[in-house]
Amino acid sequence: MPSPDSAVRVADLVVNFGGRAVLERLSLEAKTGALTAVLGPNGAGKTTLIRCCTDLIRPVSGSVQVLGLPVGSRQLAGRIGLMPQSAGSWSGIKAIELLHYLAGLYANPLPVPPLIERLGLSDCAKTPYRRLSGGQQQAVNLAGALVGRPEFVFLDEPTAGMDPHARRATWLLLRELRASGVTMLLTTHAMDEAEALADQVFIVDRGRVTISGTVRQLTKSGGTLETVFLNHTTSRAAS
Amino acid sequence: MTALDLSPAPAPAPAAKRIIRHGLIESRLLIRNGEQLLLALVIPLAILVAGRFADVSMSLDLLGPSVLALAVWSSAFTSIAITTAFERRYGVLERLATTPLGKSGLLAGKGLAVIMIMLGQLVILTGAAVGLGWRPRFTPLSALIAILTVILATATFVCLALLLAGRLRAESVLAVANLIYVILLVGGGLIIPVSRYPAALRPVIEALPTAALGEGLRAAAHGLVLGWPVVVLLAWLVAAGLAAWKGFRWTS
Repeated sequence: MPSPDSAVRVADLVVNFGGRAVLERLSLEAKTGALTAVLGPNGAGKTTLIRCCTDLIRPVSGSVQVLGLPVGSRQLAGRIGLMPQSAGSWSGIKAIELLHYLAGLYANPLPVPPLIERLGLSDCAKTPYRRLSGGQQQAVNLAGALVGRPEFVFLDEPTAGMDPHARRATWLLLRELRASGVTMLLTTHAMDEAEALADQVFIVDRGRVTISGTVRQLTKSGGTLETVFLNHTTSRAAS
Repeated sequence: MTALDLSPAPAPAPAAKRIIRHGLIESRLLIRNGEQLLLALVIPLAILVAGRFADVSMSLDLLGPSVLALAVWSSAFTSIAITTAFERRYGVLERLATTPLGKSGLLAGKGLAVIMIMLGQLVILTGAAVGLGWRPRFTPLSALIAILTVILATATFVCLALLLAGRLRAESVLAVANLIYVILLVGGGLIIPVSRYPAALRPVIEALPTAALGEGLRAAAHGLVLGWPVVVLLAWLVAAGLAAWKGFRWTS
């Protein structure tokens, strides 16, 4: 039974690529105002899940609701932010140019200069995207997801490629977002990230949720989150 | 450091503003790209100059409209196929589809960018051709048919470009789109009038959208009105539009 305070409801989602099942009756709920982490090994279906939630992939069966609306609904326009796993940017555009462009798609965007400053991008704001370091590209990517002041943000591996300082700064920003009332769903391989940030964790393996709960619930028997992860997922190298 | 108010306040900008912003950014990025400028202006201008000064068998009466057809072909097909393929690969389409621009706004903005680039090309190339001695003899009706032909051809080429960009890897699109560009430039009735190809090939070439555009513009520039190019382009537009609608993928 779905909870009334769910910002995302995914039920029995099935997606196939080329005859191969990528999501197999995957179900989860992300609570409003919370930060939900989806953990899983490579190829578990995390990105496909986000793409179903953002109407980029049509599932074979199952249902997805975001902010109480079916995906693709016009009423969702602008209410969702997405930080895709890939760049999400033209290679030749300057960071400041991209963010001004994205801000112009919204009626009440965040002011771009303070956003750039907040994400530590002031020194490279006029650098073409392709010349930024991996961590700087991720920061621009994150800024692009937030500039429209969304209610809900999907973050696909938001700190991949960041150095420890940038990573901690991003965690701080995500906590501030949650405190400001933004709901988030992030995917990650990093157990420490989930432990530091997540209100609810879903571990996904081969297109299904294998276990879920708060970090405390998942680790109550004494193991670490990594142990729980290893026990509930399969190694692609071994398969 | 200025404090940021991160509280949610989502609201889309007006649709027209979103589409115009996208059209402007995409055309600005296209203009900055040297390879695209080569296709859009340098090659057509080189053909015009070669036609004027080199000992070739085509007069400016034929080269003028042919070069305009080439400009439409390069911007609406090759440029769009390559840029869209890399936008798909880099996740630009994925990001923008979830903004208030959305999928339909993205396509409309892309269309606007093509129109702006093409208008710039047509003005520059027409000016260059006239400067070199081209004296077109458009009538009001033939000019109207020429505009219709360009619109239909542009829409057809964009659909074909999206189909290619939405199915193949970006590197493959780069190779295939440039290859198709060259093959149809030479063998597609775009620059060379269909009457100069071997008789056995003419029916095949006449069925190509590039030949329909080239022949339609060449006839219009002589004050003549041809109906068949419009019919050929309409048929291609329906087929390419359906294929792009069914086949396009937003993610790689």
